[in-house]
Amino acid sequence: MELDPVILSRIQFAFVVSFHILFPAFTIGLASFIAVLETLWASTNREVFIRLSQFWTKIFAVSFAMGVVSGIVMSFQFGTNWSRFSDIAGNVVGPLMGYEVITAFFLEATFLGILLFGRNRVPRPVHVFSSYMVAIGTLFSAFWILSANSWMQTPAGAELVDGRFVVTDWWAAIFNPSFPYRFAHMVAACYLTTAFVVIGVSAWYLRHKRHEDTARTAFSMGLGLVAILAPLQLIIGDLHGLNTFEHQPAKVAAMEGHWETQEGAPMIVFGIPDEEREMNHAEIKIPLLGSLILTHEAMGEVRGLKAWPKDERPPVAIVFYAFRIMVGLGFLMIGVGLYSLLLRKRGRLYDSPGFLRLCTWCLPIGFIALLAGWFTTEIGRQPWIVYGFLRTSDATSPALTGGNVLSSLLIYAVVYTVIFGAGIYYLYRIVRSGPGEGGLFGGLISGKRPLSAPDVRMEGE
Amino acid sequence: METYLPLIWAGIIGLGVFMYVLMDGFDLGIGILFPFAESEEERDVMMNTVAPVWDGNETWLVLGGGGLLAVFPLAYAIIMPALYFPILIMLIALIFRGVAFEFRFKSDHKRLWGVAFWFGSTLATFSQGLVLGGFIQGFEVEGRNFVGGAFDWFSWFSVVIGLALVAGYGLLGATWLILKTEGETQDRFYRLARPLLVAMIAFIIIVSIWTPLNYQEIADRWFSWPNILFVAPVPILTAGVALALINALAKRKEVQPFVLSLGLFLLGYLGLGISFWPNVVPPDITVWEAAAAHNSQFLLLVGVIILLPFILFYTGYSYFVFRGKVRAGEGYH
Ligand code: HDD
Ligand code: HEM
Ligand code: HEM
Repeated sequence: MELDPVILSRIQFAFVVSFHILFPAFTIGLASFIAVLETLWASTNREVFIRLSQFWTKIFAVSFAMGVVSGIVMSFQFGTNWSRFSDIAGNVVGPLMGYEVITAFFLEATFLGILLFGRNRVPRPVHVFSSYMVAIGTLFSAFWILSANSWMQTPAGAELVDGRFVVTDWWAAIFNPSFPYRFAHMVAACYLTTAFVVIGVSAWYLRHKRHEDTARTAFSMGLGLVAILAPLQLIIGDLHGLNTFEHQPAKVAAMEGHWETQEGAPMIVFGIPDEEREMNHAEIKIPLLGSLILTHEAMGEVRGLKAWPKDERPPVAIVFYAFRIMVGLGFLMIGVGLYSLLLRKRGRLYDSPGFLRLCTWCLPIGFIALLAGWFTTEIGRQPWIVYGFLRTSDATSPALTGGNVLSSLLIYAVVYTVIFGAGIYYLYRIVRSGPGEGGLFGGLISGKRPLSAPDVRMEGE
Repeated sequence: METYLPLIWAGIIGLGVFMYVLMDGFDLGIGILFPFAESEEERDVMMNTVAPVWDGNETWLVLGGGGLLAVFPLAYAIIMPALYFPILIMLIALIFRGVAFEFRFKSDHKRLWGVAFWFGSTLATFSQGLVLGGFIQGFEVEGRNFVGGAFDWFSWFSVVIGLALVAGYGLLGATWLILKTEGETQDRFYRLARPLLVAMIAFIIIVSIWTPLNYQEIADRWFSWPNILFVAPVPILTAGVALALINALAKRKEVQPFVLSLGLFLLGYLGLGISFWPNVVPPDITVWEAAAAHNSQFLLLVGVIILLPFILFYTGYSYFVFRGKVRAGEGYH
């Protein structure tokens, strides 16, 4: 069998970026959470807030370090595997990604050190201020990288000159049509992801009757956020979908599993898409709802996949399933949020064993939904890398053979498993050790690297 | 502006790469020298001399490597796939040594993580040498694409450069440790610095003779008028610095050996620069041909000009705060 370098490069990119995004998504959420905790500590002086802040700051430090390490790999991927893309679109995405890196550096060079190590060295307001700057910094980082990604989805503000994109209007390129929706949706996703980790860890402490003081506060804060943000995410997601329907209708057809163009299209709740026969098996559908959601009219026209030639359609099955996983988990999150409101009203938030167990199990759902969302977006964009302009198959490095890429992919897979496995194990150790009871301000730590912040050992009890 | 922007950027990227080589050079060197330490305590001391600064040092790599996409996309698009494997190995090895560095302090299996640290540092250095060797050899380009094979970079020449870099970073590491330690540990690195220096000088001589013999374009550049005016001082200065370094080691100076080793690297780097200027992709793509559209270069320049002083200040400040000798048992952990 001939190994296809394009497919392998895609798998490799998906692998390294999926690994990378788990850490930034979590740090983006945690940075804001820590800023809130610091504010509460500064304004109420209640010890529980500073305990929580110190505990989650350790976890933040480790995942930030993992984010940096996996990010460095990302910045070389475009050249090694997507060289034609780099040449053709470098004028546009280069500076945007450059700004993401600049933002991240800026953070590291300034406020991160103060946040991690400066608590007893700078005046309190300066420390609180630093926590804000770190939170804002992570959001800026997301801003730039999502702008680059959105531009690839819905290119604007640039024209092709001699086969390469040249920017004619930076404003239009940065704030391209899908960017505002993607940014809002992604930030909400990061917050939800983090909230479920906080909730899951706290529920675990509550079930094991450890660190109950701090666990209650964090549990309540996390669920409060979910109760508001999960329904909001549904609305943002819906708006995002409408935007996609306008700019990338083939992607929406794959997400919805529509083959035929119809007026009054149904919503397909479940099915098994079959690309050979251009139909779905075992469909469960709700009449008219599809048109209603997408066109806001019961008889609105929705184009099906058959409206595009086969070589302009994305792979259907992955997009279809990934989309359902994301939305399904979104509804689960809404359910958890609403149920927590009910329990809160009854005063039973912290002592319902079933709910605590459910919350522990929900710890990873943010990460799963997040990846499912990216798989929907990115695979739904296929066969284009710059939508409508450049095909993915024309974007790889011509000199690479399938065997080359397969080797690198295997090396990445092995090394990532070992390295990030150790990192995740270490995070687990920190969670096991819990927010310390004594020694609030800890010993003097004077290293300046993120990973020297946590004082937990890798082995032993 | 159109002609100067690429020059400014070549300067910034050149600075980034050079800062990277200098700063990550000595902490990779410490990893390379790890097996020579007597005890785990001594290894603790060695690590502690770079603990506060090493991860900031990698900043420069991203600035040099990542910046290339934004400002010289064509160079990025040719060099990266051509050096696919050396770059892959370098990245993996850097991750490996970074994680080993951190976990060695937090784990009871110090020896194991120490070996991982040595391995990662040495492999990263060697693959950087392969990258450099591959770069000097030049790339097979057709249109705007690299069209050679995935192992074109592999040759005795690039392997020798890889070994040279291991010796060179080892020298940087040893002289850094002379600066930062005292007593027995310091003695040990005084003793080690000399053979490393000899090896490095030998490599410099070999490479300087081999390069023009093998690569006609470079020979033409070196030996043509008026280029020879710029080239000639480099070997003379290098010889001077090497002699001064031998002398400083013999006199057991503490600061000079490190500074002079940096000087050797600077001269080597300048020599390379003169051999290639104004090409960014050897043998024949210039900075102007590889440059991004000037509004793209300009946009990023604004950010970098704001950022650079911060990084330089932060770097200087970290070194200032953690100045002085590191002793056994007192660490940053
Ligand atoms: C939504 C957020 C997001 C997304 C989609 C990405 N990143 Fe990222 N990245 C971050 C959010 C982030 C971050 C939160 O800003 C990080 C994590 C830790 C840090 O310092 O910044 C980061 C770190 C980070 C670094 C390390 C910078 C440093 O050394 O401090 C690089 C080079 C990249 N990223 C590059 C990329 C590339 C090339 C991506 C796309 C393919 C990418 N990132 C996707
Ligand atoms: C961070 C979250 C992200 C995830 C989880 C993600 C996931 C994926 C996946 C699964 C693919 C493979 C699609 C396929 O080939 O079928 C892919 C492709 C790709 N994505 Fe993303 N992506 C993310 C962000 C980004 C960003 C921010 C950019 C650019 C700035 C980007 C650029 C690309 C490129 C260049 C490809 C390769 C070409 C392709 O296969 O389409 N991605 N990504
Ligand atoms: C609750 C209902 C939800 C709806 C209706 C929804 C809708 C959507 C849509 C339509 C897209 C595709 C955008 C495109 O076409 O490019 C998308 C992408 C995405 N979704 Fe969701 N979503 C929901 C919940 C969630 C949740 C709970 C998360 C994570 C916690 C999440 C994370 C993402 C991510 C990371 C992407 C890819 C980035 C992007 O394009 O914004 N979504 N979502």
